[in-house]
Amino acid sequence: MKKPQDILTMPREQLEAIQLAGVKKTMIACYENVPFYRDLFDRAGFDPYAAETLDDLKNAPFTTKQDLRDNYPYGLFAVPMSEIREIHMSSGTTGVATVGGYTEHDLEIWSDCFARGIWYADGGAHDVAHICYGYGLFTGGLGAHYGCEQAGCTTIPMSAGNTERQIRVLREMGSTILCCTPSYAMHIADTALSMGIDPKKAFHLRAGIHGAEAFSDNFRAELERKLDYKVLDVYGLTETMGPGVAIECMEQQGLHLAEDHFVAEIIDPDTGEVLPDGEWGELVLTTVDREATPVVRYRTRDITRIIPGQCPCGRTHRRIDRLHGRTDDMLIIRGVNVFPSQIEDVMKTFPQVASWYQIELTRKDHLDAVTLKAEVDPSFDFDQMSAIEQLQKDISAKLKTALSVGIRVRLVEPKSIPRSEGKAKRVIDLRGDDR
Amino acid sequence: MIMQLTVFLENSEGRLSALCRTLADAGINMSALTIAESSDYGIVRIICDNVFHAVDVLEDAGFRATKTKVLAVELPDRPGSLAELLEALDTTKVNIEYGYCFLANGDTVIDVLKIKPEDRAVAEKAISGAGFKLLHWDDISA
Repeated sequence: MKKPQDILTMPREQLEAIQLAGVKKTMIACYENVPFYRDLFDRAGFDPYAAETLDDLKNAPFTTKQDLRDNYPYGLFAVPMSEIREIHMSSGTTGVATVGGYTEHDLEIWSDCFARGIWYADGGAHDVAHICYGYGLFTGGLGAHYGCEQAGCTTIPMSAGNTERQIRVLREMGSTILCCTPSYAMHIADTALSMGIDPKKAFHLRAGIHGAEAFSDNFRAELERKLDYKVLDVYGLTETMGPGVAIECMEQQGLHLAEDHFVAEIIDPDTGEVLPDGEWGELVLTTVDREATPVVRYRTRDITRIIPGQCPCGRTHRRIDRLHGRTDDMLIIRGVNVFPSQIEDVMKTFPQVASWYQIELTRKDHLDAVTLKAEVDPSFDFDQMSAIEQLQKDISAKLKTALSVGIRVRLVEPKSIPRSEGKAKRVIDLRGDDR
Repeated sequence: MIMQLTVFLENSEGRLSALCRTLADAGINMSALTIAESSDYGIVRIICDNVFHAVDVLEDAGFRATKTKVLAVELPDRPGSLAELLEALDTTKVNIEYGYCFLANGDTVIDVLKIKPEDRAVAEKAISGAGFKLLHWDDISA
């Protein structure tokens, strides 16, 4: 096994040499084994054999989630199916899910990447890791599981749900590391408190590795106060692997990218131009040594930046900042994927409201709350309160049927939803501003 | 029957004030104003002169305004007059959607009643039959 500290403190030149060799291999493997990439590169006039420096990666075309969807299920696999050990899928409630394949080697990489979180927390064989990410197709559960095992932890595969049992196990099994979404960690803490249990005293947690959703600094501070542990943010996505693409160290000053496995670029989402370190933009990832489903310049749609300079911890792997949001408009509301187009379809069936609407996402008591604001149309007789209430209820009920998510509908005055130039700002996500 | 001005307002600071300022600048005089409110929005119901003009002015200023036909009954300003009016309506089984009163001058009040359009004729007949004076919108927007 590679010694993690050697990799994580490797000199930049050495790290970049690994990246260059890997990226070249990835591009050639994609070109030779995946018809989609052959076609994509040929159309873009990109020669994968000509790349000589990491900078040449800039000439490669981008890939998107739509490309992954278009090639569902196995179209982007670069190795024969006999090599595939495992499959994961992103939740696709509408449309098509995106599929990630893993060879033996890919699972090793994944384990290694997530294990870094445990190593960052100085964890290992002396730790009991409590994992309550959902196990299954979602990469969270098994990704954390493999990582904790890799780091040598005693690993408890709790999966999500049954919060009272989670609390019992946290108390009785002496769990020291908690892996789950930040909102679920808060829910566990709050539930314990409501049961008269002070988790600070009753639990034995040292660190929490929390990700799969964005959370604010205030939220983190509150978690740390309630659970008396250190919260490390973890980033990842099924399209490139799963959780572990980047994880925070104990300095909590950004997430160290696993740069020996992923090459990160930050681009201007509108122009595609690569931005210098420090500037906010869309994260683009290229895999260095994924075998089953390598990606070249995959547009994650996640907004972050490369934090300039070295981390005080001394590790040489660069850091991305905590996520700022997403460029695309797919919403994840209480774990359900919601596309604005679905909302639009429902709105169109109500002539009493104008087509202009806005979705406001907030977080109340750690749960996502969604309000849909719609402007009253002149044709609607709003003279009576009951008529307005009824209309709000009807729209809400129809949305619930279409989306499986409860959305509060609020009728507003005409022109009160701000118009933006160009693309409509349909979604206001205030979930990062929790509390 | 008279015309009421109905305005849909967001329940937020300054909206009612902006509404009144817009009407004031248009030289519109209000006799009554009542607000039905929820946590998110309010419905402002106004009796004023020149309702048609008021609607135009408000729509131009970005408000959502409309005209609503309501019954207006002139009543003596003394205890029991509203009870008597409503008792006259009791026999008709007509349901009142909402209502409010305002003082017209020293000794009369005007009671405004919103009745479903299909029930209006029955209600008007019962009200006049009981000897109450129904106002026409000319009586108010003089």
